[in-house]
Amino acid sequence: MAKRRFTTRREMEEHNFSPAVALSVPLLALFTTAYLPKLFPVTAIVDLPLIVVIYFSISRRSAVAGTFTGAALGLLQDTLSNQYIGVNGIAKSIVGYAAASIGLKVDVDNTITRAMLNFGFSLLQSAVLFAVQRVLLGSSLYRVSWVHELLRAGVNTAVAIPIFLLLDLARTDD
Amino acid sequence: MESFFIRYRNPLVLVAVLLAQVIGLATQMHRVNYPSSADGHNVRVARAWANFTIAPVEKLLAKLGGGVRSAWGGYVDLRHVRQHSKDLQYQINQLRLQQAGMLEDARQGQRLEQMLAFKQQYVGKTVAAQVIGTGGGDRSHILVLNKGSNDGLQPDMAVITPDGIVGKLRDVFPGSSQLLLISDSSSGAGVILANVRSRGILRGSVKGQVQIGTLLPDERIRPGEPVVTSGGDRVYPRGLSVGTVQSVQLDPEHQPYTAITVKPSANLDRLEEVLVVTDVAQQLTLPPATGSAPADGDKRASEIVAERLPGLRDPKPAATSTDTNAADQAAKEKELITNPHKTLPTPRPTPVLHPDRYSPGTVPNAADLQPGQRDAPNGSPKP
Repeated sequence: MAKRRFTTRREMEEHNFSPAVALSVPLLALFTTAYLPKLFPVTAIVDLPLIVVIYFSISRRSAVAGTFTGAALGLLQDTLSNQYIGVNGIAKSIVGYAAASIGLKVDVDNTITRAMLNFGFSLLQSAVLFAVQRVLLGSSLYRVSWVHELLRAGVNTAVAIPIFLLLDLARTDD
Repeated sequence: MESFFIRYRNPLVLVAVLLAQVIGLATQMHRVNYPSSADGHNVRVARAWANFTIAPVEKLLAKLGGGVRSAWGGYVDLRHVRQHSKDLQYQINQLRLQQAGMLEDARQGQRLEQMLAFKQQYVGKTVAAQVIGTGGGDRSHILVLNKGSNDGLQPDMAVITPDGIVGKLRDVFPGSSQLLLISDSSSGAGVILANVRSRGILRGSVKGQVQIGTLLPDERIRPGEPVVTSGGDRVYPRGLSVGTVQSVQLDPEHQPYTAITVKPSANLDRLEEVLVVTDVAQQLTLPPATGSAPADGDKRASEIVAERLPGLRDPKPAATSTDTNAADQAAKEKELITNPHKTLPTPRPTPVLHPDRYSPGTVPNAADLQPGQRDAPNGSPKP
C-alpha cells in the first residue's frame, strides 16, 4: 500500500525544485533576456524573468518565497539596464506575492488558467512600473502605450505556456 | 503580538521587501539625469555582477558566432569578389578626390576658426569594440561592449560607426562596458541641421525613436535634411553624421515646438562592431603630399587677412620667393616679440607712376614756403 506523504491539499499541490534548477533557470532567463535581443531585436518585448517569477511563485505556493524570488530577479534585471536598481525589483516582488497568493486558490496546472494568470500579471507589472516611475521617481517623461503593453502581455503569455510545460518536467515532487 | 506577526507574516514580508527597495531607490535619486550618466561607486559594484557572469558567456558566444561568420565569409561566400574589389577601388579613388577638396575646405574653416579663437574637436583615436549583449527589455536602450577600462575606455566617450554616431559609454567595467544608444530616452546629443544650419538637441523617445524637439517650426526643414553633430555637447566630435530628417510634426505636448523625427544613419538594431572615440584631435592632420604648406596652420590671423586684402603686399617678391619672404617675415616677427622696444626702420613709399599734387614729394616743406607765394618752388602741376 502506497504511503501518503501529504496531509493537506495545499501540500499536495506545492511543487519543489532542485537547487540547481532553482538557481540556473532564473540565471538562464536573465542571460537570454540580455542576449536574445542582440540577435533578434523584436524579442526585447519578451520578459522572461517575469515568466520565471510567475511560474516559481504559483508552483511553490508560498507568498514569502514568491516575494523574494520576484525581488531577486527584478533587482538582477535592473542591474543589466540603465534604470534605477529597484524599479523592476518592486514590480516583480508584487507580482511574485500576488501570483503565490492566487496560486493557492486556483488550479494552476490548467493551461487556460496559466494563460490568464500570465496575461494579467504582465499587465499588473506594467501598471506597477508606471506607478513607480511616475509617483516614486517623479519621471514625467515616462509614458506607457497601453496598446503596446497589451501586446507585450499577449506575447509573454504565448511564450510562457511552452516554458511552463518545460519547467513542469523539472519538478522534484515524489 | 506574536500571533499578529504570524497571522500577517506574508504581507509584512512583502512590505518589508518593498520598503527596503524604496529606500534603495531613494539613495540613488540624488543624481541628476541618472539613466544617462555613469553610476556611483556603490551602484557600479552592484551592476558589476553582470560583467563577471553574463559578459564572459556573451563574449564566448560572440566569438563563436564571429568564427562561423568568418568561415562562411572567408571560404564559402567568395563569389564576385574580384569585381567587387574593382568597384571598391574605383570608389576609393573617387573618395580620395573628394577628400582632397574637403580637406582644403576644412583647413580654410580651421583658419577662420583660429581667427575667432574657436577650438573644434575631431576624431583622433578610436578603439574597435564588439557588441556582445543588450540591457534586456525594450525600455532601456543599452548595449554591452566587449571592451572596458582595461582597453582605455572611460564613461562618456562617444561611440560611432562609419555610418554615424551610435551613442556614448555609460558604465565602464574592466572587461566590458555599457553603451547608451542615442535612441534611449535619457540620452542627448547636440546636433545641427546641415543645410538649414539650425542647432538642436537630439533625444530618444519612449518608443525608441530619435527626435529633435527644441526647434520652432521652419518651412525649410523637410524630410531628407541631413543632421550632423554640432560638437557643442563635448561628447560627440563635430561633423559626424547622425541621420536624416524623417518627419516634421508639431509637438502637441510642447507647443509651439516641433517634433522632428530623425532616421539614424547607423542601424541601431543591428550593431555588431562599433568604434569608441578615445581621443579627440584639435587640428586636422595634413597629408604628406601637401607638406610644403605647413605654415598655414600656424599663421597669425593678421597674415591671413593680409594675404586676402589687395595692395598690402608686394606681388613681385611674393611670386618669386614666397618661402624666403615668409622666413624673413617670421624672423622679423620673432625679433619683435623678443625685443618689442627695438626701433623699426621708417617705411619708404614706393614711387608713383602718375604724380599729382597729393603725391609724396610734390608738396614743399613748410620751412621753404614764403608769405604770398602761390606756386610750389619745384614746379608741381597746378590744379
